[in-house]
Amino acid sequence: MAGAVTPVSASSDGSYGRARLPLLLPTWAVIGVFLALPVLLMAVYSFLTKEFRGGVEWTFTLAAYDQFFVTRGLFGDEPAQIEWTYISIFWRSIWQAGVATALCLLIGFPTAWFIATRPENTRPVWLFLITIPYWVNLLIRTVSLRFILRDQGPMNDFLIGAGLLNEPISILNTNVAVQLGLFYSYLPFMVLPIYAAVERYNFAYSEAAADLYASRWRTLREVVLPIVKPGIVAGCILVFVPALGAFLAPDLLGGAKTFMIGSLIDEQFRGSQGNWPFGAAISVILMTLVLIVLMGYARAAAKGGRA
Amino acid sequence: MKKLLLLTTLLASPILANPALAEGELKVYHWFEYIPQELVDKFTAETGIAVTIDTYDSNESMLAALKAGKLGQYDVAVPGDYMVQIMRGEGLLGEFKPEEMANFANIDAAWLDVPFDPGRKHSIPYQWGSTAFSVNRDVYKGDINSLGIIFNPPDELKGKINVLDSQGEVLALGSMYLGIPQCSTDRAQLQALNDMLLAAKPHWASFGSDIAKDVLVSGDAAAGMIYNGFSSKARAEGANVEYAFPKEGYVVWMDNMVLLKDAPNRDNAVKFMDFLLKPENAAAITNYAAYNAGVGGVAEFLDDAIKTSPENNPPAGQKGEFVQACDQETQALYDAIWTNLKK
Amino acid sequence: MKGVRHYPGFMALTVLCLLILYVPLIVVAVYSFNASTSITSWGGLSMRWYVDVFTGPEAPRFAQAAWNSLTIALIAATTSTAIATAAALAMVRGGAFRGRGLTFGLINLPLMVPEIVTAVACLIFFTTVGLTTGYMTILVAHITFCIPFAYLPISARLSGIEAVYEQAARDLYASPWDAFRLILLPLLAPGILSGYLLAFIISLDDFLITNFVKGAGMETLPTAIFGSVKQGIKPNIMAISTMMLGVSVLFVTLSYVINRKGRATV
Repeated sequence: MAGAVTPVSASSDGSYGRARLPLLLPTWAVIGVFLALPVLLMAVYSFLTKEFRGGVEWTFTLAAYDQFFVTRGLFGDEPAQIEWTYISIFWRSIWQAGVATALCLLIGFPTAWFIATRPENTRPVWLFLITIPYWVNLLIRTVSLRFILRDQGPMNDFLIGAGLLNEPISILNTNVAVQLGLFYSYLPFMVLPIYAAVERYNFAYSEAAADLYASRWRTLREVVLPIVKPGIVAGCILVFVPALGAFLAPDLLGGAKTFMIGSLIDEQFRGSQGNWPFGAAISVILMTLVLIVLMGYARAAAKGGRA
Repeated sequence: MKKLLLLTTLLASPILANPALAEGELKVYHWFEYIPQELVDKFTAETGIAVTIDTYDSNESMLAALKAGKLGQYDVAVPGDYMVQIMRGEGLLGEFKPEEMANFANIDAAWLDVPFDPGRKHSIPYQWGSTAFSVNRDVYKGDINSLGIIFNPPDELKGKINVLDSQGEVLALGSMYLGIPQCSTDRAQLQALNDMLLAAKPHWASFGSDIAKDVLVSGDAAAGMIYNGFSSKARAEGANVEYAFPKEGYVVWMDNMVLLKDAPNRDNAVKFMDFLLKPENAAAITNYAAYNAGVGGVAEFLDDAIKTSPENNPPAGQKGEFVQACDQETQALYDAIWTNLKK
Repeated sequence: MKGVRHYPGFMALTVLCLLILYVPLIVVAVYSFNASTSITSWGGLSMRWYVDVFTGPEAPRFAQAAWNSLTIALIAATTSTAIATAAALAMVRGGAFRGRGLTFGLINLPLMVPEIVTAVACLIFFTTVGLTTGYMTILVAHITFCIPFAYLPISARLSGIEAVYEQAARDLYASPWDAFRLILLPLLAPGILSGYLLAFIISLDDFLITNFVKGAGMETLPTAIFGSVKQGIKPNIMAISTMMLGVSVLFVTLSYVINRKGRATV
């Protein structure tokens, strides 16, 4: 019987209900003022006219969105058609971020499980071990990763030396390198939340399942996963969403031959195109997509008593 | 309690860390990896002015930062030729008079009255150089004197070419290869440019400006668009590359130090610019960055390696062009071509 | 009961994970001892870059930048974890309320907005409002974007803690504050630790947003070194990174030893 196993009593009981306002106030104040307001400003920018080479003029127009969805040919004088360029860039980024998230999950879940099942006083050490590499700047690590993945780099040298390959495999400047780079950038964001959830897991459930002759893997699928689901979802959000807008790893490892969402937006603000309203419009579209998914999840989770 | 104390000390420390400043400060906004720290320290030793340098990685990101709100925080910046013109047009520059600088007369006559800043009211020449491409001579031994190496590569170089990730320079070189003017509005010409680039792209391994030198040294690319200074440095690091001065033309650029509008320390800024117009100081930068100085009399201070390097000595008769800044409608067309290339 | 905790292959994957994480760093560490300046050719063993870090012309700049980075990361991580904990309590244990979806969206807003957009928007906002950019603006921006990174692990953890324990404590006349402090907080601790670590490394590593909202002359480590990394990591930067790695490993070893001693005396 496949089904969710829920703990005996709910974890949300409204006990902090009365303290809700003061508890949420710092969050609302900090994010509301220092991020929501600026982002709102950006959203407004997406409806303004672009000033040549950066900046905006306060004339309202839908030109930015028109640029995103409608194409009129290379020179702007053919009849209007759907512009697939940017939609395909979105799709490409979603795909890359999805693969990276799957990779992180595949390797991150076992890692988190392993750490959570170590002796209690060693667990913080393991966590630190996972996060210590991130004390070193991401750019440095990505450049180093690039160095390793090169055709004449240590990875190929090692694989050839160990007899596993005859010729170097060309990973650099391919999608695989991009996904590896994204996976590498965001791994602890998957491991840490899952760890926090698994650590809480009551192994008595697993023992009960074992007593009922369930195999290890069936227990994992039908008993453990539903319980640690919040951690997994948290990890996926923390990897997928930033990966959508990433451009450091994709550009450095993938050869920057195609735009991703992140590099496209970067080009609008810091590149020659200097089209702030368009950059803002792309961001608004991106955020709307992500918001819809997140809020849908929040609503579904609220029904199940978790958030 | 202890945490509170720790917190307060931590918060206060950056404020306490700032030393008392004798002659004031100077806030410089500069390209990264361009000016040696020793030169800046020399300036501080001579004048007592404390200098801070913030860095940017492209003309456009500097412009974006200034427009987003950083104008008024910096005294000087170092934009390229077309960017000076853009900034002039947008009113981002401050003015000075030649009389304010004792060393103004050192400026090389060739760089004195330039189209992007006639009479040099806002900027002084800094360093100039060229952008073309370099080829690894171990891989390809043929004639490299044409942009066709990049845009229509021979078989040995296919798939091993790095191109700069910079719209202005790539499109300018592409235009030169086809023999069409920059900032053209002729549809046939633009379509030809678009098609040529799309046909060339499959032969390119990557787009990258910062890795331009690295890929040649490591062998990831056998040919690549590159700035002349980077190419000298690549050779110094052991790559067997030769810099080309293609017959169709190549990009010439000049970086200039400009006085920014609303500079908080205007007088110190002028002093700094004056300092940089001294031949030995300009030479220090040239030696570090491997470009060419814009002032006269530097020859005696230059390292031999720089003086004789082929990247800094173009063959006579080769023409280099500045990148042109187009007007808004034309720029939109080139933007479309670039997006089309990278989509 | 090794049985139910053990899954074949999980340890191998963990080792693989750590390997992937550390190999690039080992490369950096090895090349920090490289006598030649190029990253791709080995020139012999040398300590010169370590000497350069401490005595070279750029040493004071890097020292100040490193200090800024560390202090900002510490303060930002602490503050954002505290704010996130409060938010998690309200969201998970606050019952249903209108605006809950909206709050969840708001908490995750920093995650969703592309970094360059946050950077430009914040700078424009700060300048318009008249805030002088500097240490405080960096700090504020960091606290803001660290919140979702701290929040998600904490709330994931909290949803796995049944409310019975606090209810039992309250039945035994414990005040709400005591119930929180003595019962819930220890149970929540691993989540808070995870959140704190995430927030810390996020803040330490941030470049783009910091670059835009910092005042002129203010540097954090990423902004100070980015120029020296973009064209191929300069060896003295590799030395700095290796040292930071060494410091953090030392810190971990120390805390492990202290922890073990603490357990032993109990």
